[in-house]
Amino acid sequence: MKLIKAIVRPNKVDDVKDALGRVSLPGMTVTEVRGHGKQKGHTAIYRGKEYDVSLLPKMQIEVVVPDNLVDEAVAAIITAARTGEIGDGRVFVIPVEQSYRIRTGERSDS
Amino acid sequence: MRAAAALALLCCVLLGSMLHAQTATGAAAGAPPAQVDLARLDQRVTAAQSAADNAWMLVSAALVLMMTGPGLALFYGGLVRQKNTLAIMIQSFALMALITVLWAMVGYSLCFSEGTPIIGGFGHAFLRGVGVDPNADYAGTIPQLTFMVYQLMFAIITPALITGATAERMTFSGTVVFMTLWSLGVYAPLAHMVWGKGGLLNATLGGRFPTLDFAGGTVVHITSGVSALVCALYLGKRTGYPREPMPPHSLVLSFIGACLLWVGWFGFNAGSALASNGVAASAFVATHFAAAAATIGWLAAEWITRGRPSALGAISGAVAGLVAITPASGFVTPVPALLIGLAAGIGCFVMVTIAKGRFGYDDALDAFGVHGAGGTIGALLTGIFATRLVNPIFHDSQGAALPVGLLDGNPSQLAYQLVGIAMAWIFALVGSLVLLKITDLLVGVRASEAQELEGLDLTEHGEEAYNLEM
Repeated sequence: MKLIKAIVRPNKVDDVKDALGRVSLPGMTVTEVRGHGKQKGHTAIYRGKEYDVSLLPKMQIEVVVPDNLVDEAVAAIITAARTGEIGDGRVFVIPVEQSYRIRTGERSDS
Repeated sequence: MRAAAALALLCCVLLGSMLHAQTATGAAAGAPPAQVDLARLDQRVTAAQSAADNAWMLVSAALVLMMTGPGLALFYGGLVRQKNTLAIMIQSFALMALITVLWAMVGYSLCFSEGTPIIGGFGHAFLRGVGVDPNADYAGTIPQLTFMVYQLMFAIITPALITGATAERMTFSGTVVFMTLWSLGVYAPLAHMVWGKGGLLNATLGGRFPTLDFAGGTVVHITSGVSALVCALYLGKRTGYPREPMPPHSLVLSFIGACLLWVGWFGFNAGSALASNGVAASAFVATHFAAAAATIGWLAAEWITRGRPSALGAISGAVAGLVAITPASGFVTPVPALLIGLAAGIGCFVMVTIAKGRFGYDDALDAFGVHGAGGTIGALLTGIFATRLVNPIFHDSQGAALPVGLLDGNPSQLAYQLVGIAMAWIFALVGSLVLLKITDLLVGVRASEAQELEGLDLTEHGEEAYNLEM
Protein backbone atom coordinates (compact mmCIF):
# COMPACT_ATOMS: atom_id res chain seq x y z
CA MET A 1 0.00 0.00 0.00
CA LYS A 2 1.37 3.37 -1.02
CA LEU A 3 0.40 7.02 -0.60
CA ILE A 4 0.70 8.91 -3.86
CA LYS A 5 1.10 12.63 -3.27
CA ALA A 6 0.87 14.68 -6.45
CA ILE A 7 1.36 18.47 -6.60
CA VAL A 8 -0.23 19.74 -9.78
CA ARG A 9 -1.46 22.90 -11.48
CA PRO A 10 -4.85 23.98 -10.08
CA ASN A 11 -6.50 23.74 -13.50
CA LYS A 12 -5.37 20.11 -13.91
CA VAL A 13 -7.18 18.71 -10.87
CA ASP A 14 -10.27 17.62 -12.78
CA ASP A 15 -8.21 15.89 -15.47
CA VAL A 16 -6.24 14.01 -12.81
CA LYS A 17 -9.43 13.06 -11.02
CA ASP A 18 -10.93 11.65 -14.21
CA ALA A 19 -7.73 9.76 -15.03
CA LEU A 20 -7.60 8.18 -11.57
CA GLY A 21 -11.26 7.27 -11.93
CA ARG A 22 -10.41 5.30 -15.09
CA VAL A 23 -7.82 3.34 -13.03
CA SER A 24 -10.72 2.46 -10.66
CA LEU A 25 -9.38 4.27 -7.63
CA PRO A 26 -12.39 5.29 -5.53
CA GLY A 27 -11.12 8.05 -3.24
CA MET A 28 -8.85 11.07 -3.16
CA THR A 29 -8.07 14.08 -0.97
CA VAL A 30 -7.33 17.50 -2.51
CA THR A 31 -5.68 20.41 -0.69
CA GLU A 32 -4.88 23.95 -1.85
CA VAL A 33 -1.17 24.54 -1.34
CA ARG A 34 1.46 27.10 -2.27
CA GLY A 35 5.02 26.50 -3.21
CA HIS A 36 7.72 26.76 -5.78
CA GLY A 37 10.20 24.56 -7.56
CA LYS A 38 11.98 25.65 -10.70
CA GLN A 39 9.07 27.86 -11.73
CA LYS A 40 9.66 31.56 -11.11
CA GLY A 41 6.88 33.69 -9.62
CA HIS A 42 5.52 37.05 -10.76
CA THR A 43 6.06 40.60 -9.60
CA ALA A 44 3.00 42.53 -8.43
CA ILE A 45 3.13 46.33 -8.17
CA TYR A 46 0.74 48.26 -5.92
CA ARG A 47 1.11 52.05 -6.16
CA GLY A 48 4.72 51.67 -7.20
CA LYS A 49 5.67 49.19 -4.49
CA GLU A 50 6.84 45.87 -5.88
CA TYR A 51 6.02 42.54 -4.32
CA ASP A 52 7.41 39.19 -5.46
CA VAL A 53 4.77 36.54 -5.71
CA SER A 54 7.21 33.62 -5.53
CA LEU A 55 4.97 31.01 -3.89
CA LEU A 56 2.46 29.99 -6.51
CA PRO A 57 -0.86 28.31 -5.89
CA LYS A 58 -0.91 24.54 -6.57
CA MET A 59 -3.21 21.67 -5.70
CA GLN A 60 -2.01 18.66 -3.74
CA ILE A 61 -3.78 15.39 -4.49
CA GLU A 62 -3.40 12.45 -2.14
CA VAL A 63 -4.52 8.91 -2.94
CA VAL A 64 -3.76 5.65 -1.20
CA VAL A 65 -3.39 2.77 -3.65
CA PRO A 66 -2.65 -0.97 -3.45
CA ASP A 67 0.92 -1.81 -4.46
CA ASN A 68 -0.16 -3.46 -7.73
CA LEU A 69 -1.86 -0.26 -8.97
CA VAL A 70 0.92 2.24 -8.12
CA ASP A 71 2.61 2.32 -11.51
CA GLU A 72 -0.64 2.64 -13.38
CA ALA A 73 -1.87 5.42 -11.08
CA VAL A 74 1.35 7.40 -11.32
CA ALA A 75 1.34 7.11 -15.10
CA ALA A 76 -2.28 8.29 -15.20
CA ILE A 77 -1.49 11.36 -13.04
CA ILE A 78 1.56 12.31 -15.09
CA THR A 79 -0.28 12.00 -18.39
CA ALA A 80 -3.25 14.03 -17.14
CA ALA A 81 -1.28 16.81 -15.39
CA ARG A 82 1.44 17.39 -17.96
CA THR A 83 1.62 20.54 -20.11
CA GLY A 84 5.34 20.31 -20.86
CA GLU A 85 6.08 23.71 -19.29
CA ILE A 86 8.01 24.43 -16.11
CA GLY A 87 5.61 24.35 -13.16
CA ASP A 88 3.73 21.13 -13.97
CA GLY A 89 4.48 19.79 -10.46
CA ARG A 90 5.75 16.61 -8.80
CA VAL A 91 4.55 13.13 -7.82
CA PHE A 92 5.78 11.40 -4.67
CA VAL A 93 5.17 7.76 -3.71
CA ILE A 94 5.34 7.05 0.02
CA PRO A 95 4.90 3.70 1.83
CA VAL A 96 1.86 3.31 4.08
CA GLU A 97 1.99 0.87 7.02
CA GLN A 98 -1.65 0.50 7.92
CA SER A 99 -4.98 2.07 7.14
CA TYR A 100 -8.36 1.94 8.94
CA ARG A 101 -11.85 2.70 7.86
CA ILE A 102 -13.33 4.87 10.61
CA ARG A 103 -16.97 3.80 10.15
CA THR A 104 -16.30 0.10 10.68
CA GLY A 105 -12.87 0.06 12.29
CA GLU A 106 -11.82 -2.42 9.56
CA ARG A 107 -8.07 -2.56 8.93
CA SER A 108 -6.33 -3.13 5.62
CA ASP A 109 -2.65 -3.80 5.14
CA SER A 110 -2.34 -4.39 1.43
CA MET B 1 -50.66 70.54 -33.48
CA ARG B 2 -54.34 70.81 -32.74
CA ALA B 3 -53.92 68.98 -29.45
CA ALA B 4 -51.13 71.35 -28.38
CA ALA B 5 -53.22 74.39 -29.19
CA ALA B 6 -56.12 72.98 -27.22
CA LEU B 7 -53.82 72.30 -24.27
CA ALA B 8 -52.47 75.87 -24.38
CA LEU B 9 -56.00 77.23 -24.43
CA LEU B 10 -56.94 75.09 -21.47
CA CYS B 11 -53.92 76.36 -19.55
CA CYS B 12 -54.87 79.97 -20.28
CA VAL B 13 -58.37 79.41 -19.04
CA LEU B 14 -57.19 77.68 -15.88
CA LEU B 15 -54.55 80.31 -15.16
CA GLY B 16 -57.08 83.08 -15.80
CA SER B 17 -59.56 81.59 -13.39
CA MET B 18 -56.84 81.12 -10.77
CA LEU B 19 -55.73 84.73 -11.06
CA HIS B 20 -59.31 85.83 -10.94
CA ALA B 21 -59.88 83.92 -7.74
CA GLN B 22 -56.78 85.48 -6.20
CA THR B 23 -57.85 88.96 -7.23
CA ALA B 24 -61.13 88.38 -5.50
CA THR B 25 -59.50 87.36 -2.21
CA GLY B 26 -56.81 90.05 -2.59
CA ALA B 27 -59.38 92.74 -3.13
CA ALA B 28 -61.06 91.61 0.00
CA ALA B 29 -57.89 92.44 1.96
CA GLY B 30 -58.01 95.99 0.66
CA ALA B 31 -54.77 96.22 -1.41
CA PRO B 32 -54.80 97.26 -5.09
CA PRO B 33 -55.49 94.07 -7.13
CA ALA B 34 -52.49 94.26 -9.52
CA GLN B 35 -50.02 94.68 -6.69
CA VAL B 36 -51.44 91.73 -4.81
CA ASP B 37 -51.18 89.58 -7.93
CA LEU B 38 -47.51 90.45 -8.34
CA ALA B 39 -46.72 89.85 -4.70
CA ARG B 40 -48.36 86.44 -4.85
CA LEU B 41 -46.62 85.54 -8.08
CA ASP B 42 -43.32 86.59 -6.56
CA GLN B 43 -44.01 84.44 -3.53
CA ARG B 44 -44.78 81.46 -5.70
CA VAL B 45 -41.66 81.90 -7.82
CA THR B 46 -39.55 82.10 -4.66
CA ALA B 47 -41.24 79.01 -3.25
CA ALA B 48 -40.68 77.11 -6.49
CA GLN B 49 -36.98 78.04 -6.60
CA SER B 50 -36.60 77.15 -2.96
CA ALA B 51 -38.22 73.77 -3.55
CA ALA B 52 -35.91 73.01 -6.47
CA ASP B 53 -32.78 74.12 -4.61
CA ASN B 54 -33.77 72.29 -1.46
CA ALA B 55 -34.42 69.05 -3.35
CA TRP B 56 -30.99 69.16 -4.95
CA MET B 57 -29.24 70.09 -1.71
CA LEU B 58 -30.87 67.29 0.29
CA VAL B 59 -29.83 64.81 -2.41
CA SER B 60 -26.33 66.31 -2.39
CA ALA B 61 -26.08 65.93 1.37
CA ALA B 62 -27.00 62.27 1.04
CA LEU B 63 -24.45 61.83 -1.77
CA VAL B 64 -21.67 63.27 0.39
CA LEU B 65 -22.56 60.94 3.26
CA MET B 66 -22.42 58.08 0.76
CA MET B 67 -18.81 59.06 0.06
CA THR B 68 -17.87 58.24 3.67
CA GLY B 69 -20.30 55.42 4.47
CA PRO B 70 -19.77 52.91 1.75
CA GLY B 71 -17.36 54.96 -0.40
CA LEU B 72 -14.30 55.68 1.70
CA ALA B 73 -14.88 52.70 4.01
CA LEU B 74 -14.75 50.30 1.06
CA PHE B 75 -11.92 52.15 -0.68
CA TYR B 76 -9.71 52.04 2.41
CA GLY B 77 -11.10 48.69 3.57
CA GLY B 78 -9.85 46.97 0.44
CA LEU B 79 -6.42 48.57 0.65
CA VAL B 80 -5.50 47.24 4.10
CA ARG B 81 -4.49 43.69 4.92
CA GLN B 82 -7.31 41.28 5.70
CA LYS B 83 -6.71 41.37 9.46
CA ASN B 84 -7.38 45.13 9.64
CA THR B 85 -10.41 45.38 7.36
CA LEU B 86 -13.11 46.00 9.95
CA ALA B 87 -10.85 48.23 12.04
CA ILE B 88 -10.47 50.74 9.19
CA MET B 89 -14.10 50.51 8.08
CA ILE B 90 -15.50 51.10 11.55
CA GLN B 91 -13.41 54.27 11.85
CA SER B 92 -15.28 55.85 8.95
CA PHE B 93 -18.58 54.67 10.35
CA ALA B 94 -17.82 55.80 13.90
CA LEU B 95 -16.97 59.25 12.55
CA MET B 96 -20.39 59.42 10.90
CA ALA B 97 -21.88 59.14 14.38
CA LEU B 98 -19.30 61.04 16.40
CA ILE B 99 -18.97 64.13 14.21
CA THR B 100 -22.75 64.37 13.89
CA VAL B 101 -23.19 64.67 17.65
CA LEU B 102 -20.32 67.15 17.89
CA TRP B 103 -21.79 69.14 15.01
CA ALA B 104 -25.11 69.51 16.81
CA MET B 105 -23.43 70.64 20.02
CA VAL B 106 -20.77 73.09 18.83
CA GLY B 107 -19.30 72.06 15.47
CA TYR B 108 -21.73 73.89 13.22
CA SER B 109 -21.59 76.98 15.39
CA LEU B 110 -17.78 77.11 15.44
CA CYS B 111 -17.73 76.85 11.65
CA PHE B 112 -20.60 79.07 10.57
CA SER B 113 -21.78 81.44 13.28
CA GLU B 114 -20.18 84.87 13.44
CA GLY B 115 -17.15 85.13 15.64
CA THR B 116 -13.52 86.04 15.10
CA PRO B 117 -11.73 85.85 11.72
CA ILE B 118 -10.18 82.54 12.86
CA ILE B 119 -13.11 80.68 14.39
CA GLY B 120 -16.87 81.11 14.74
CA GLY B 121 -18.69 81.78 17.99
CA PHE B 122 -21.31 79.91 19.96
CA GLY B 123 -24.32 81.67 18.40
CA HIS B 124 -25.60 78.41 16.89
CA ALA B 125 -24.48 76.10 19.70
CA PHE B 126 -26.92 73.20 20.06
CA LEU B 127 -28.30 74.40 16.72
CA ARG B 128 -29.98 77.41 18.29
CA GLY B 129 -31.71 79.43 15.59
CA VAL B 130 -31.17 76.79 12.92
CA GLY B 131 -34.56 76.01 11.43
CA VAL B 132 -36.48 76.04 8.18
CA ASP B 133 -35.79 79.72 7.50
CA PRO B 134 -32.82 80.28 5.20
CA ASN B 135 -29.59 81.85 6.39
CA ALA B 136 -29.22 84.54 3.73
CA ASP B 137 -25.46 84.90 4.29
CA TYR B 138 -24.78 81.39 3.03
CA ALA B 139 -27.73 80.07 1.06
CA GLY B 140 -30.76 82.29 0.74
CA THR B 141 -33.10 79.81 -0.92
CA ILE B 142 -32.80 76.69 1.24
CA PRO B 143 -33.69 76.03 4.87
CA GLN B 144 -30.72 76.60 7.15
CA LEU B 145 -31.33 73.04 8.34
CA THR B 146 -30.46 71.83 4.85
CA PHE B 147 -27.31 73.95 4.74
CA MET B 148 -26.35 72.73 8.21
CA VAL B 149 -26.78 69.04 7.43
CA TYR B 150 -25.02 69.41 4.06
CA GLN B 151 -22.00 71.00 5.74
CA LEU B 152 -22.07 68.26 8.38
CA MET B 153 -21.34 65.66 5.72
CA PHE B 154 -18.11 67.52 4.85
CA ALA B 155 -17.12 67.64 8.50
CA ILE B 156 -17.61 63.85 8.62
CA ILE B 157 -15.55 62.85 5.61
CA THR B 158 -12.59 65.15 6.32
CA PRO B 159 -11.28 63.39 9.45
CA ALA B 160 -12.24 60.04 7.90
CA LEU B 161 -9.74 60.74 5.11
CA ILE B 162 -6.93 60.92 7.68
CA THR B 163 -7.52 57.30 8.73
CA GLY B 164 -5.79 56.32 5.49
CA ALA B 165 -2.48 57.39 7.02
CA THR B 166 -3.04 55.89 10.47
CA ALA B 167 -4.36 52.60 9.12
CA GLU B 168 -3.28 49.26 10.56
CA ARG B 169 -1.59 50.69 13.66
CA MET B 170 -3.62 53.41 15.44
CA THR B 171 -5.86 52.28 18.27
CA PHE B 172 -9.61 52.85 18.10
CA SER B 173 -9.61 54.88 21.32
CA GLY B 174 -6.76 57.02 20.02
CA THR B 175 -8.63 57.57 16.77
CA VAL B 176 -11.84 58.60 18.53
CA VAL B 177 -10.14 61.09 20.85
CA PHE B 178 -7.85 62.52 18.18
CA MET B 179 -10.63 62.96 15.62
CA THR B 180 -12.86 64.70 18.17
CA LEU B 181 -10.13 67.16 19.04
CA TRP B 182 -9.12 67.54 15.41
CA SER B 183 -12.63 68.29 14.23
CA LEU B 184 -12.92 71.16 16.69
CA GLY B 185 -9.29 72.29 16.65
CA VAL B 186 -8.32 72.08 12.97
CA TYR B 187 -11.41 71.54 10.81
CA ALA B 188 -13.64 74.14 12.49
CA PRO B 189 -11.14 77.03 12.21
CA LEU B 190 -10.33 76.25 8.58
CA ALA B 191 -13.99 75.90 7.61
CA HIS B 192 -14.75 79.18 9.36
CA MET B 193 -11.80 81.02 7.85
CA VAL B 194 -12.63 79.92 4.29
CA TRP B 195 -16.43 79.63 4.28
CA GLY B 196 -17.67 81.38 7.43
CA LYS B 197 -18.97 84.96 7.42
CA GLY B 198 -16.11 87.25 8.42
CA GLY B 199 -13.56 84.44 8.14
CA LEU B 200 -9.97 85.47 7.43
CA LEU B 201 -9.83 83.75 4.03
CA ASN B 202 -13.45 84.18 2.94
CA ALA B 203 -13.79 85.29 -0.68
CA THR B 204 -17.10 87.14 -0.52
CA LEU B 205 -18.20 87.59 3.10
CA GLY B 206 -15.60 90.02 4.37
CA GLY B 207 -12.39 87.99 4.39
CA ARG B 208 -9.02 89.73 4.64
CA PHE B 209 -7.40 87.36 2.11
CA PRO B 210 -10.12 86.27 -0.34
CA THR B 211 -9.19 82.66 -1.12
CA LEU B 212 -11.11 80.65 -3.69
CA ASP B 213 -12.16 77.24 -2.40
CA PHE B 214 -15.38 76.15 -4.01
CA ALA B 215 -15.91 72.80 -2.32
CA GLY B 216 -13.05 72.20 0.08
CA GLY B 217 -9.62 71.93 -1.54
CA THR B 218 -8.04 73.68 1.42
CA VAL B 219 -10.70 73.05 4.07
CA VAL B 220 -11.10 69.34 3.39
CA HIS B 221 -8.18 68.00 1.38
CA ILE B 222 -5.16 70.02 2.44
CA THR B 223 -6.12 69.88 6.12
CA SER B 224 -6.78 66.13 6.06
CA GLY B 225 -3.86 65.32 3.77
CA VAL B 226 -1.27 67.32 5.70
CA SER B 227 -2.61 66.07 9.03
CA ALA B 228 -2.31 62.57 7.59
CA LEU B 229 1.39 63.17 6.98
CA VAL B 230 1.83 64.40 10.56
CA CYS B 231 0.03 61.30 11.85
CA ALA B 232 2.14 58.97 9.71
CA LEU B 233 5.33 60.57 11.03
CA TYR B 234 4.16 60.70 14.65
CA LEU B 235 2.91 57.11 14.73
CA GLY B 236 5.93 55.72 12.93
CA LYS B 237 5.96 52.91 10.44
CA ARG B 238 3.84 49.80 10.65
CA THR B 239 5.75 46.87 12.11
CA GLY B 240 7.60 45.27 9.24
CA TYR B 241 7.26 48.20 6.82
CA PRO B 242 8.77 48.37 4.21
CA ARG B 243 10.49 45.00 4.51
CA GLU B 244 7.37 42.82 4.61
CA PRO B 245 4.87 42.80 1.79
CA MET B 246 1.63 44.59 2.70
CA PRO B 247 -0.46 44.33 -0.46
CA PRO B 248 -4.12 45.41 -0.54
CA HIS B 249 -6.30 42.48 0.50
CA SER B 250 -9.17 43.19 -1.91
CA LEU B 251 -8.93 45.65 -4.75
CA VAL B 252 -12.49 44.68 -5.62
CA LEU B 253 -13.71 46.44 -2.46
CA SER B 254 -11.48 49.41 -3.25
CA PHE B 255 -12.82 49.52 -6.77
CA ILE B 256 -16.44 49.68 -5.61
CA GLY B 257 -15.48 52.30 -3.03
CA ALA B 258 -13.75 54.48 -5.62
CA CYS B 259 -16.76 54.32 -7.93
CA LEU B 260 -19.04 55.39 -5.07
CA LEU B 261 -16.63 58.23 -4.31
CA TRP B 262 -16.74 59.42 -7.91
CA VAL B 263 -20.56 59.50 -7.94
CA GLY B 264 -20.77 60.99 -4.45
CA TRP B 265 -18.38 63.73 -5.48
CA PHE B 266 -21.11 65.24 -7.68
CA GLY B 267 -22.94 66.05 -4.46
CA PHE B 268 -19.73 67.29 -2.89
CA ASN B 269 -18.77 69.68 -5.70
CA ALA B 270 -21.94 70.50 -7.64
CA GLY B 271 -23.82 70.66 -4.33
CA SER B 272 -21.39 73.33 -3.16
CA ALA B 273 -23.21 75.77 -5.44
CA LEU B 274 -25.83 75.55 -2.63
CA ALA B 275 -28.48 75.85 -5.32
CA SER B 276 -29.70 73.94 -8.36
CA ASN B 277 -28.29 76.46 -10.83
CA GLY B 278 -25.79 76.98 -13.63
CA VAL B 279 -22.80 77.01 -11.28
CA ALA B 280 -23.89 73.60 -10.03
CA ALA B 281 -24.06 72.32 -13.61
CA SER B 282 -20.62 73.73 -14.33
CA ALA B 283 -19.17 72.18 -11.18
CA PHE B 284 -20.76 68.84 -12.05
CA VAL B 285 -19.16 68.85 -15.50
CA ALA B 286 -15.76 70.03 -14.23
CA THR B 287 -15.78 67.32 -11.56
CA HIS B 288 -16.48 64.55 -14.02
CA PHE B 289 -13.95 65.81 -16.58
CA ALA B 290 -11.17 66.16 -14.04
CA ALA B 291 -11.73 62.62 -12.73
CA ALA B 292 -11.55 61.27 -16.28
CA ALA B 293 -8.36 63.17 -17.18
CA ALA B 294 -6.68 62.22 -13.91
CA THR B 295 -7.47 58.54 -14.44
CA ILE B 296 -5.78 58.73 -17.82
CA GLY B 297 -2.86 60.73 -16.38
CA TRP B 298 -2.09 58.22 -13.62
CA LEU B 299 -2.56 55.20 -15.89
CA ALA B 300 -0.34 56.66 -18.61
CA ALA B 301 2.40 57.53 -16.11
CA GLU B 302 2.18 54.02 -14.69
CA TRP B 303 2.15 52.33 -18.07
CA ILE B 304 5.20 54.28 -19.23
CA THR B 305 7.29 53.93 -16.06
CA ARG B 306 6.20 50.48 -14.81
CA GLY B 307 5.16 48.73 -17.97
CA ARG B 308 1.56 47.93 -16.93
CA PRO B 309 -1.59 49.96 -16.28
CA SER B 310 -3.27 48.76 -13.06
CA ALA B 311 -6.79 48.83 -11.64
CA LEU B 312 -5.44 50.38 -8.44
CA GLY B 313 -3.72 53.03 -10.57
CA ALA B 314 -6.96 53.84 -12.38
CA ILE B 315 -9.01 54.33 -9.22
CA SER B 316 -6.21 56.19 -7.43
CA GLY B 317 -5.93 58.55 -10.39
CA ALA B 318 -9.66 59.21 -10.40
CA VAL B 319 -9.65 60.10 -6.71
CA ALA B 320 -6.62 62.38 -7.20
CA GLY B 321 -8.44 64.24 -9.97
CA LEU B 322 -11.59 64.58 -7.88
CA VAL B 323 -9.52 65.99 -5.03
CA ALA B 324 -7.76 68.54 -7.24
CA ILE B 325 -10.90 69.79 -8.97
CA THR B 326 -12.69 70.30 -5.64
CA PRO B 327 -11.54 73.89 -4.98
CA ALA B 328 -11.83 74.79 -8.66
CA SER B 329 -15.05 73.03 -9.58
CA GLY B 330 -17.41 76.02 -9.42
CA PHE B 331 -14.95 78.42 -11.05
CA VAL B 332 -13.56 76.76 -14.18
CA THR B 333 -14.76 75.74 -17.65
CA PRO B 334 -14.49 72.11 -18.86
CA VAL B 335 -11.11 72.28 -20.65
CA PRO B 336 -9.19 73.73 -17.70
CA ALA B 337 -10.91 71.04 -15.61
CA LEU B 338 -9.31 68.43 -17.89
CA LEU B 339 -5.91 70.09 -17.40
CA ILE B 340 -6.31 70.22 -13.61
CA GLY B 341 -7.25 66.55 -13.59
CA LEU B 342 -4.31 65.56 -15.76
CA ALA B 343 -1.88 67.52 -13.57
CA ALA B 344 -3.27 65.87 -10.44
CA GLY B 345 -3.18 62.37 -11.95
CA ILE B 346 0.48 62.66 -12.86
CA GLY B 347 1.47 64.74 -9.80
CA CYS B 348 -0.11 62.38 -7.27
CA PHE B 349 1.37 59.36 -9.08
CA VAL B 350 4.82 60.87 -8.58
CA MET B 351 4.10 61.69 -4.92
CA VAL B 352 2.79 58.21 -4.11
CA THR B 353 5.14 56.02 -6.10
CA ILE B 354 8.40 57.99 -5.98
CA ALA B 355 8.41 60.67 -3.26
CA LYS B 356 6.97 58.44 -0.52
CA GLY B 357 9.59 55.76 -1.06
CA ARG B 358 12.36 58.34 -1.11
CA PHE B 359 11.35 60.07 2.15
CA GLY B 360 10.48 56.80 3.86
CA TYR B 361 7.33 57.83 5.80
CA ASP B 362 4.60 55.19 6.05
CA ASP B 363 1.46 56.90 4.78
CA ALA B 364 -0.24 53.51 4.67
CA LEU B 365 -3.03 54.25 2.19
CA ASP B 366 -1.60 57.47 0.73
CA ALA B 367 -3.90 60.01 2.36
CA PHE B 368 -1.16 62.65 2.08
CA GLY B 369 0.04 61.62 -1.36
CA VAL B 370 -3.46 61.95 -2.80
CA HIS B 371 -5.33 64.48 -0.64
CA GLY B 372 -2.47 66.67 0.55
CA ALA B 373 -0.72 66.81 -2.80
CA GLY B 374 -3.89 66.82 -4.91
CA GLY B 375 -5.52 69.48 -2.73
CA THR B 376 -2.49 71.74 -3.00
CA ILE B 377 -2.24 71.30 -6.78
CA GLY B 378 -5.95 72.08 -7.09
CA ALA B 379 -5.91 75.13 -4.82
CA LEU B 380 -3.02 76.63 -6.82
CA LEU B 381 -4.53 75.90 -10.23
CA THR B 382 -7.86 77.39 -9.08
CA GLY B 383 -6.06 80.72 -8.79
CA ILE B 384 -4.91 80.33 -12.38
CA PHE B 385 -8.00 79.01 -14.17
CA ALA B 386 -10.93 80.56 -12.23
CA THR B 387 -13.07 82.69 -14.51
CA ARG B 388 -16.00 85.11 -14.19
CA LEU B 389 -17.60 83.33 -17.17
CA VAL B 390 -18.50 80.50 -14.81
CA ASN B 391 -18.87 82.28 -11.49
CA PRO B 392 -18.69 86.09 -11.28
CA ILE B 393 -18.12 86.31 -7.54
CA PHE B 394 -16.14 89.57 -7.51
CA HIS B 395 -17.93 92.82 -8.45
CA ASP B 396 -17.02 96.49 -8.62
CA SER B 397 -19.19 99.17 -7.01
CA GLN B 398 -21.46 99.30 -10.10
CA GLY B 399 -22.05 95.56 -9.90
CA ALA B 400 -20.00 94.67 -12.99
CA ALA B 401 -18.13 91.36 -12.80
CA LEU B 402 -14.40 91.60 -12.06
CA PRO B 403 -11.79 89.07 -13.18
CA VAL B 404 -11.41 86.07 -10.86
CA GLY B 405 -8.27 84.05 -11.63
CA LEU B 406 -4.86 84.75 -13.16
CA LEU B 407 -5.85 83.96 -16.76
CA ASP B 408 -9.06 85.93 -16.26
CA GLY B 409 -6.92 89.01 -15.51
CA ASN B 410 -6.55 88.89 -11.72
CA PRO B 411 -2.92 87.88 -10.98
CA SER B 412 -3.20 88.77 -7.29
CA GLN B 413 -5.58 85.84 -6.82
CA LEU B 414 -2.63 83.48 -7.10
CA ALA B 415 -1.04 85.20 -4.12
CA TYR B 416 -4.27 84.84 -2.12
CA GLN B 417 -4.39 81.16 -3.04
CA LEU B 418 -0.87 80.80 -1.66
CA VAL B 419 -1.96 82.47 1.57
CA GLY B 420 -4.89 80.07 1.84
CA ILE B 421 -2.69 77.06 1.14
CA ALA B 422 -0.11 78.24 3.67
CA MET B 423 -2.75 78.77 6.38
CA ALA B 424 -4.21 75.31 5.79
CA TRP B 425 -0.77 73.68 5.88
CA ILE B 426 0.31 75.52 9.04
CA PHE B 427 -2.94 74.83 10.91
CA ALA B 428 -2.85 71.17 9.93
CA LEU B 429 0.83 70.71 10.77
CA VAL B 430 0.86 72.46 14.13
CA GLY B 431 -2.70 71.57 15.16
CA SER B 432 -2.34 67.88 14.40
CA LEU B 433 1.00 67.59 16.14
CA VAL B 434 -0.31 69.21 19.33
CA LEU B 435 -3.56 67.21 19.30
CA LEU B 436 -1.72 63.94 18.66
CA LYS B 437 0.52 64.64 21.62
CA ILE B 438 -2.51 65.34 23.83
CA THR B 439 -4.26 62.19 22.60
CA ASP B 440 -1.12 60.17 23.21
CA LEU B 441 -0.97 61.41 26.81
CA LEU B 442 -4.68 60.76 27.37
CA VAL B 443 -5.27 57.33 25.83
CA GLY B 444 -2.24 56.45 23.69
CA VAL B 445 -2.28 56.34 19.91
CA ARG B 446 -0.22 53.38 18.78
CA ALA B 447 -1.32 49.78 18.92
CA SER B 448 1.18 47.33 20.44
CA GLU B 449 3.35 45.22 18.20
CA ALA B 450 1.46 42.11 19.30
CA GLN B 451 -1.83 43.77 18.33
CA GLU B 452 -0.44 44.74 14.97
CA LEU B 453 0.76 41.22 14.24
CA GLU B 454 -2.57 39.66 15.19
CA GLY B 455 -4.53 42.39 13.45
CA LEU B 456 -6.68 45.21 14.81
CA ASP B 457 -9.93 43.49 13.83
CA LEU B 458 -9.48 40.83 16.49
CA THR B 459 -7.52 42.78 19.10
CA GLU B 460 -9.48 46.06 18.97
CA HIS B 461 -12.93 44.87 18.00
CA GLY B 462 -13.09 41.13 18.70
CA GLU B 463 -14.31 40.14 15.26
CA GLU B 464 -13.01 39.18 11.84
CA ALA B 465 -14.00 40.45 8.42
CA TYR B 466 -14.18 37.05 6.79
CA ASN B 467 -15.20 33.74 8.35
CA LEU B 468 -15.29 31.75 5.17
CA GLU B 469 -14.35 28.27 6.35
CA MET B 470 -17.21 25.78 6.72
